[in-house]
Parts: sequence; structure tokens; C-alpha cells
Amino acid sequence: MSQFLEISGLNARIDADGQEKQILRGVDLSIPPGEVHVIMGPNGSGKSTLSYVLAGREDYEVTSGSVLFQGQDLLAMEPEERAAAGLFLAFQSPVELPGVNNANFLRTAVNAVRRARGQEELDAVAFLKLAREAAKTLSMAPDMLKRNVNVGFSGGEKKRNEVLQMTLLQPTFAILDETDSGLDVDALRVVAEGVNRLRAPTFSALVITHHQKLLDYLVPDRIHVMAKGRIILSGGPELARQIDQEGYTKFLSEAA
Amino acid sequence: MNTISPDRGGPLALFSQRLEGLAGAERQQAVAALQHAGLPTRRVEAWKYTALRVLGQTSLSAPAATYDAAAARAALDHVLAAQDGLADQPRLVFVNGRHAPDLSVAPKGVKVTFFADAPRFGNAASPDRDPLVALNTALAEDGANIQVEAGVDGGTLLLVSIGLGGQALTFSFHPRHAVVLEAGARLTLVCVQAGQGAYFHNPVTDIHVGAAAALEHVTLQLEGAEAVGLGTVYADVDREGVYDSFALGVDGLLLRHEVHARLGASRAAVHVNGVQRLGGAQVGDMTSVITHAAPDCISRQTVRNVLDGHARGVFQGKVLVEQIAQKTDGYQMNQALLLSPDAEIDAKPELEIYADDVRCSHGATVGALDDEQLFYLRSRGVPDAQARQILIEAFVDETLGLIAHEGAQALCRAMLARKGGAGESA
Repeated sequence: MSQFLEISGLNARIDADGQEKQILRGVDLSIPPGEVHVIMGPNGSGKSTLSYVLAGREDYEVTSGSVLFQGQDLLAMEPEERAAAGLFLAFQSPVELPGVNNANFLRTAVNAVRRARGQEELDAVAFLKLAREAAKTLSMAPDMLKRNVNVGFSGGEKKRNEVLQMTLLQPTFAILDETDSGLDVDALRVVAEGVNRLRAPTFSALVITHHQKLLDYLVPDRIHVMAKGRIILSGGPELARQIDQEGYTKFLSEAA
Repeated sequence: MNTISPDRGGPLALFSQRLEGLAGAERQQAVAALQHAGLPTRRVEAWKYTALRVLGQTSLSAPAATYDAAAARAALDHVLAAQDGLADQPRLVFVNGRHAPDLSVAPKGVKVTFFADAPRFGNAASPDRDPLVALNTALAEDGANIQVEAGVDGGTLLLVSIGLGGQALTFSFHPRHAVVLEAGARLTLVCVQAGQGAYFHNPVTDIHVGAAAALEHVTLQLEGAEAVGLGTVYADVDREGVYDSFALGVDGLLLRHEVHARLGASRAAVHVNGVQRLGGAQVGDMTSVITHAAPDCISRQTVRNVLDGHARGVFQGKVLVEQIAQKTDGYQMNQALLLSPDAEIDAKPELEIYADDVRCSHGATVGALDDEQLFYLRSRGVPDAQARQILIEAFVDETLGLIAHEGAQALCRAMLARKGGAGESA
């Protein structure tokens, strides 16, 4: 039976200053509907690359392998088509858009996705009401909707803004790339609650993190360890606790 | 005798018949200056990046005595439809360079006479400085002479120029406008240069901003698709006066907006800002000379260019600080966004400083759309073309925000939105 997300033998490389660098080396990963999966792994193991490849960033060249998302060939789709199909990536380093008002940006995105999904677009009043409520739930200062996208935002504000976008775009599959990094405990809880509110039998998430702390609030179904461009080990939630205490070294040497 | 010899090189020959037998000292001086210098070729430093070759080979006559009234009305309505309430504003309308009273709405609190009735060449636009000013001086037929008396707030006045040309370039018009703000007077002057087809529009505007007076001057170049629009502004600003200008270059085959602003007494300020949004084979040139001739003055210049297709943008900005102009505060920035590999920007910023206690900075940047920003927008579901449009609008947003007059700023945004179409090579 076809899985919700099925990554098979995924290889990808990047052209860095004229040098081709292989980053993903045969990633296999299945995520069933309704589950939260976690990827952990040392720096440079390819976690962020995997998230970018899934979201459709063009700098990465997929050399072989496939990704099926709800039965569709994800790799053949444009980034905006992937978003319309229900994929959302919370960026590790959210991009600043000087000159673009945050509320306008959010409304443009929400309506683009609604249009593509055959839903009615929201007018300015209806949208603003929705956005204000969502921002309040995420303990965001009201003026963050009026400012330019991520410009002058603190690290924590940028991450909250990512979760706000996720909340408004209502994805069926969310990738969170180190959304917890640099957050204090309160912000961490806000981010986790943002994901937990979306949890449903039809919603799955892939969470990239280095820390057990987030997983205390965000009880995962499955933990995967990534190293040197592939998944070397998978297990239950206890695996994250074990890594938190013992580090990666043991697992890396066992896999070698 | 004032004749142009046929072997005189360059495009001056296109006007030779009209330059013969002109009466009046100013016009004769202008013809003499033209005979001496000709019209500029790219060998002339100030015209290094902008060629007048597009004026073609055919003699350019004066506009016909009559024009298609329905077409003029339609062109005016098209301009006025860009903004709610614009049709109710006082306006002076010119068609092919001549005042059209039936299309105009008389202003209150502002005195207006017309060049055709009472020629006034003004002081700042000396013909020996600029051949295009000389050409205008020789051939000017009409124009608005606008005066705001001391202490009066003249409100907002629209000066609409409509060019009605055909497929081929056959005629030219050279309006001569003058604006005088007496001490403490205020005015927002919005000049809309619109039209259709091919023509050569060569306006000269002579401006005097009196002590503690403030003129906001917004120029929108929306000329006909095959038209050449070369405008020159001379502005002289008195003590504590403000000349706040903005030019928007959008439509026309070749556009040039040239500003000579002189800060003639202390604590005066000038702003020479602009945005160009060009595509296809358009050439747009923003040239300025800002002269600090008195101490404690401020000049500000921000120009942003968005260039698509084979379009070429030119920025020439000179800030001259004379020895007397201590405590000058000058800022100049020119930035370009190139949307196509064939688009080009030629930028020539110049600082010439003879005073020793000044603060002047300038800079220039050139870039393409940011891939990361584009991906961020697309990853949120925004289609590629719309994402590009958002980033283009963002690039010019801050500069448009420099237009203090809300209505004029909104009008510029509306005209840019009409151009629309991100990433296309229109």
C-alpha cells in the first residue's frame, strides 16, 4: 500500500564553486499519515539538504531516487505546487523580505494556496481577523504583522513567524528544520504547540532537531539518525533520549 | 545669419528649417549656441550613454494646428482613471505642446499665464549650458507660467502633457514652463507626460523656490511607446526653501529626465529621487547636477532602476559642492535590479567638492532578483511570476515612499502597476 511520504534511494548533489558535492547518498524514508518523525544527526550529514530537496529548491540536483507524496511524484513539481499539495518547510534561517509587508505576504501566500486547492480566497478583513488570532495564539506581538517580512525580527520572532505561516497555510506535511534552535523554553513550547494543534490522522511532520527538549513537548512516533547523506538507524522515541545522553559517536561507529 | 548648414553633423539638421529667421534676442542667442555646439552626440560627456540617433533621419516639423479631440480626451481620461478623485483636481492640460483650455480645470490660489500669450524664458535655463535647452528656447511655442504668491499654499496642481503621434516620428514640441514660489509659498506640482505613438517631447521647466517655500515636484514619464521624451528642469532654491522632486520613468522609447538644482542660500534642501521601470528596447536616463552654492544645505538622491528585456538605464548624478558651501550634507544612491541578462545599467556618480567641512556619501549597486527570496515566496505557494512581481515592487517600495504627497505617491504606484508584468521581456 502506498505510504503518505515515500523517499526511495534519494541521491542529490550541489554545485559549490564549480565543485560537485554529493550530499544525499541513498536516503530511504517512509512516513505514514498522522505521524511525527524526527531526524537527528551530526552537522553536515545532509538533514537540511533533504528538507530543501523535498521543498523544491533548485540549487540541489537530484541524481537518482524518487519521492512520492500522497501518490504524486513530488520531485516533478514546482515549489509552489508542492506548497499547494500540502507541503510546508519551516526554514532554519527564515529569509528577510525588505519592502514586503508581513500581513500582505501571508495573505498572498494563503490565497495562492487556497486558489490552487480550489478554495475561495479570503478578503483583507477576513484574513486579518484570522491572522491576528493565529498570531495571538503564538504569543506574537501584534505589530509583527505590520512589519516587513522577518526584517529586524529576533531569532525567536523569525521562528514564530514560520510557525504562523504554517498555521495559516494548513499543510498536511510539515518539515521543521531546526525550528527549535536558539529558542528559550517558552518559545519552544509555543512552537511545539503550533505543531500539536495541526496533528490529525491526515497530518504528518518531519522534525529536524539536535535537542531532546523539543521532543518533550512534541511526542514523536519515530526517530531516524542521519549520517553521511543517508539514514543509518531508526527507532522509537527512546532513541532520541539515548542520543541526548550519549551523543552520536556510538551510533556512527556501529553503522560504519 | 542664423542658418544651420546642412553639413552640420548630428541630429540638429532635423530642425534646420524651423531654426531659420527666428525673432527675439533669446531665440537668436539659442540658435547661435546650437550652431556652435550642435545637438549632443555620444562624444559629448553628458550624453555618453544616451544617443539621440533614435530621432531618425526625417525632418521634424511643428505639430499640426489641429489634433484629434476625441483621442486627446481619451488619453486624458486614461490618465485620470488611474486614481479616484484625480479627475476633480485642478489641471493644466497641453496637447502636442499647446494649452488645451477645454481639457483643463482652472486652479485656485495659483496664478497661471501661458507662454503663448506672454513668453517668459526664465533665468536658470541658460541656453549656452545645454543644447536641448537651446533647442527648446528656439522652438518653444507654449507652456505654463505658474506663480504662487508669498505665504500662499497653492495645494496640488496637475500639469498634463499629451502627445498624439503616429507610427513614424515626424514632429516635435518644446514646451517652456516656469514655476515661481514666492517666500513661504507651497505647491505640489504633478507633471504627467502621457501620449501615444511617435513624437519628440522636449520640455524645459524653470523653477524658483523662494525663501522658506516648498515645492514638491513629481514627474511621471508615460510617453507614447515610440516617443522620445527629454525633459530638463532647472531649479533654484533660496534660503530654507525645499525643492523635493521625484521622477518616474515608465513608458517611451527614449526617456531622459535631467535636473539641475542649485542650492543658492543657506539651509535650503533638494531631493532628486526617481524610479525607472523599463523593458523591451527602452532607454531611460536620469541625469542630475546638484550644486551646493551656500553653506548648511542638504541634498538627497535615491534612484532605483528595474530593467527587463534589452532595456538600458542610465544614471548620471553629479554633486558639486562649492568652496563656500561648508557643512553641506549630501547623500546619493543609485541601485539597479536587472531582470534579464540583456538589460544594462550605466551609472556615473560624481562628487566634486571644494569645501573642506562637508558630509557627502554616495553609492551604487547592481543585482538580480535574490534566489533565496524567490524560493522562500514560492515555497509558501506563491507562483513564480507573482513572486517576482512582489520582489520587484519591494525593490522600489522604499523609494516610492520618499514621495511625501500621498496622492502623488499612490498615482506613481498605480502607473507602475499598469506596467506590471514581472520577468517578462515586454
